[in-house]
Amino acid sequence: MTRRTRLHLALGAALLIASAAGTGLYLRSWLAPAADGGASLGGPFTLTRADGVTVTESTYRGKWLLIYFGYTYCPDACPTALNAIAEAMEKLGPAATNVQPLFITIDPARDTPAVVGEYVKAFDPRIVGLTGTEGQIAAVATEYQVYYKRRETEGGPYLMDHTSLIYVVDPAGKLVRFFGGSSSGERIAQHLLELMSQTS
Amino acid sequence: MKHILILALALLATLPAQAQNAPSSTLSVDQVWARATPGGAKTGAVYLTVVNGTASDDKIVGASTPAAREAQLHTMIDDNGVMKMRELKSIDVKAGATVTLKPGGMHVMLLGLTKPLKPGDSFSLTLEFEKGGKKELAVAVTKAGAMGMGNMGGTGNMPGMGNMDNMPGHDMGSMGGHGMGGKQN
Repeated sequence: MTRRTRLHLALGAALLIASAAGTGLYLRSWLAPAADGGASLGGPFTLTRADGVTVTESTYRGKWLLIYFGYTYCPDACPTALNAIAEAMEKLGPAATNVQPLFITIDPARDTPAVVGEYVKAFDPRIVGLTGTEGQIAAVATEYQVYYKRRETEGGPYLMDHTSLIYVVDPAGKLVRFFGGSSSGERIAQHLLELMSQTS
Repeated sequence: MKHILILALALLATLPAQAQNAPSSTLSVDQVWARATPGGAKTGAVYLTVVNGTASDDKIVGASTPAAREAQLHTMIDDNGVMKMRELKSIDVKAGATVTLKPGGMHVMLLGLTKPLKPGDSFSLTLEFEKGGKKELAVAVTKAGAMGMGNMGGTGNMPGMGNMDNMPGHDMGSMGGHGMGGKQN
């Protein structure tokens, strides 16, 4: 069993148990060494911003990150999640200056830097849209255990099946929590404020 | 004079009854809305509520609009946090049932938008029912990412739109509308 398979199983089990139990999902408890052999989700990445600048995980070190993986042809799930992020930023008030929301496309073939940048602006100008090469996207998606798969439609553009979760990464770069893609912005803001108060 | 008054009162008394009866015997569609689309977006989604006040089962079998090259019936399936969008051949609207197409569930997907949808805009959508025939609707465009029609710039909760805040344990976004009568392709 490869490390990746184990990780996948661990996350899959976590998701199943958590959704079955109907409880809030806190990745932290599933990241305990005993649960997955000491591996952790999240990690380094190299991606491209709308203005063409290359960014890495260290670009945002010191900030709380809200990361969502999606694609711009997505008419339902992605606008819902991005709206929740925009709402969370609003509800955070002054604390929002410590938070950087990132939208990472899992459809780099169509989502060029310019397309992604234009897309996120509609929700909140503070959201940064990121894309990359197929390889760069595959790498970051693997780190966050984000599943994505292209699906053809009859006569229309292809669509993507994809994991719809909002990840919270702390200022040290550690993934500490995630929310379902249809969580409310208020709830996300509330949990972020709690996390911030615990670490300050 | 007295007679006229009585007649007027009698007429007034019948009004509420008529108002209630009229829609309950028909197939009606209301709360028709779409989110504004971000710049560059080629797709959009229309949400709406169908009330089948007739005595016979019906189904939505198609949609079309001049605002897009194509309009398809879709549903979202939440497979352990993975959102999968699937085309539906039809959407059942049983006799007496109310079916709501809303974010995270079923929607009319617009493919190949002729131009971006802007908040405050309106465009027409033709919804085709198997028995009820075609209904031409006016779609109201709300802000990008809005969760309901009445949400032209505030927060996303309105009655009947699925208030996710008050659904403890639904962190996994399990508000999917599958199981509302949609048939998978």
